[in-house]
Amino acid sequence: MNIFVCVKQVPDTETKIVPSGDGSFIETSSIKWIMNPYDEFAVEQALLVQAANAGSTVTVVRVGSVKDTEALRTAMAMGADDAFLVEAADNLDSYMIAKALKGAIEKSGKTPDLILSGKQAIDDDCLQVPQILATMLNLPSVSVVVGYEGSATDITVKREVEGGALEVYGVKLPAMIACNKGINTPRYASLPGIMKAKKKPLTTLSLADVGVSDADKRVKYSNFQLPPEKPPGKKFDATDAAKQAQVVKDVVGLLRTEAKVI
Amino acid sequence: MAKILVFTELHGSHVKGVTLEILGKLAGHTVDVAAIGAIPAEAIADLAKFGAANVHSLKGANLEKYTPEGYANALKGFIAGGSYDYVFAGATSLGKDLLPRVATMFDAGMASEVTNFIMEGDKFAGTRPLFAGKCFAKVELQGPKPHFVTVRPNALGMNANPTAGAASVKEDAVDAGAIRAMIKDIVKGASEKLDLTEANIIVSGGRAMKDAANFKILEEMANVIGATVGASRAAVDSGFAPHAMQVGQTGKTVAPSLYIACGISGAIQHLAGMRTSKVIVAINTDPDAPIFTKADYGIVGDLFTIVPIMTQEFKNLLGK
Repeated sequence: MNIFVCVKQVPDTETKIVPSGDGSFIETSSIKWIMNPYDEFAVEQALLVQAANAGSTVTVVRVGSVKDTEALRTAMAMGADDAFLVEAADNLDSYMIAKALKGAIEKSGKTPDLILSGKQAIDDDCLQVPQILATMLNLPSVSVVVGYEGSATDITVKREVEGGALEVYGVKLPAMIACNKGINTPRYASLPGIMKAKKKPLTTLSLADVGVSDADKRVKYSNFQLPPEKPPGKKFDATDAAKQAQVVKDVVGLLRTEAKVI
Repeated sequence: MAKILVFTELHGSHVKGVTLEILGKLAGHTVDVAAIGAIPAEAIADLAKFGAANVHSLKGANLEKYTPEGYANALKGFIAGGSYDYVFAGATSLGKDLLPRVATMFDAGMASEVTNFIMEGDKFAGTRPLFAGKCFAKVELQGPKPHFVTVRPNALGMNANPTAGAASVKEDAVDAGAIRAMIKDIVKGASEKLDLTEANIIVSGGRAMKDAANFKILEEMANVIGATVGASRAAVDSGFAPHAMQVGQTGKTVAPSLYIACGISGAIQHLAGMRTSKVIVAINTDPDAPIFTKADYGIVGDLFTIVPIMTQEFKNLLGK
C-alpha cells in the first residue's frame, strides 16, 4: 500500500500568542514549533497499517516553512520512509494547503491507497484540509476518526460525533481518514530511529512545483488581535466551613440577578 | 444584497439552534433554508419566525443517514441550481465535516467557525478565533462563489428577525450519487445531553476530581440546571473522563452562557478552549489558580463540599 500522512507544524500548545505589529499574522520568531498533536495519531496509524500490510510505504507530506523540518524528521524517526516538504509561508489558507498537498502527492509518483491526517490543526482550527484534499483527489473521506480496522482494500472506521456518539463507516480504499485522539497511542521515536531519520529522503518542493499560486487564495485573514481582556471578577473565600453555605447562596443569587444566566 | 442559503440539520422535530442564530443575524437579506429530508411543521414555523423566505426539503435515495459524499453531492446539485452568493451552516459535527467538501466542489473558499460576521451589501466579513481562542482575526472570502461559512453555536445569540413572515416550503429532488464511505451503524453516545460545542451551560471537572466516579456530583448539578458535563485535559489524561468530554485546545472549544469550572487550575490550553464562555464560575482550593483570572465569580474552596451545596441552591432557586 502507498500510505501518505499529512502533517503540520504548529506552535506548542503552551505558546502565548502575540499578534504581529501590523496585525497580518502572529509573531513567529520565538515560537517553539511542534508536530500538530492530532497528526501524531495519523503517523502512528500509518505505521500500524504499514505493519499489517507487507510491502507498504509511508510517505509524510507537509506544507510550510523550510526553516524547521522537525515534524517531518520526527515522523521519519517514528518509522515513516520518506518525506516531502512544500516550502511555503506558515499562514496559507486551507484551500492552498490542500492543493499543495495534492501536488506533492502527485509529484511522489505513487498513487495513494490511504491518506491520513489529524482531524484539525490546533493553530487555525479550520477542520477543512482533509475534506478539501479528498474532494480534490475524488476520494471518500471520514473525519474525527477514533477507531480503524480493516484490510488493504476495505476498512471500517468510527467517527466521533455529538454527545460522544459514534458513526461506523465501511470505506473502500483509496480514502482519506482524519484522526482524532483515541484512535491509538503514538509511539515515541527511538534513538536509532532518530539517527536513521537523518538519512531518509526528504524532498523539498516549491509552491510553483506543485501548481499553487496566489490565485488559489480563497480566505484572507487580517487584523490579528488578542481577545479583549475581561474585567476582574468577584472572588469569594469559602475555605471557612461556617461561611460556605452563604458564599454559595450569594454566588447563585448573582448568577440569577447580575449575570442573568440561570 | 446577497442571495443566501442556510443549510440546516434536523434534530428530531427541531432545527439546530445555531440555524436560527444565523437567520436572525441575516435580517434584511433574502435567505433560503435547505435541509435534507422531510422538515416537520414545527421546524418550518421556527425557520419562518427567524426570517427564512423559502424552505427547501431535499429528498433522494441514500440520504436517510448522513454520509459525507451523499450529502455533499446532494447539496452541490441543489446549490448549483440556485445561484447563491453564500452558503451558511452551523459549525456542528456535521457542518464542519460537510461544508469543506461542498465548497471544494465549487472551487470556493470557506470561513470556518466564525463567532461574528457582518454582511455589507454582498460582502461578508467575519471574526473568528484562532489558536483555540488565544487570538482573533478578521476573515474575508474571495474567488469563485458561492462562498461558504460555518458559525459557532451560541456565538451570535438568538435575535428575532423583524422582517420575518411565512416561509414557502418546496420539495426538491436531489441525487446522492456514488457513496464509497457508507454508514453501517450508529453507536449511541454516553450523553443524551447537548454536545459541549452547543451547550448553553457547561459544568467541567479537572484533575482535582480525583476519580471518574466523582463526576457524579457534577452530573447531579448538571441535571438540575440543564448543563452538559465537560472535563479538562488533565482529567481526561488521568482517565477520569473520555476525550469526547475534553474542553480545551486539544479538545472542544466551547461558547456557553455559563461555564462552571470545578477543580480546574486553568492551564493556558484549557483557558483557550473556554474563554469565549459568557460567564465563568471557578471553584478551586488554590486562591492563586490561573482560572480565577478569567472567572467572573470565583469561589476559593473545596469542590467536594461546594458543588453539592451549589446543586441544592440551584434546586431551591429553580423550584426543583
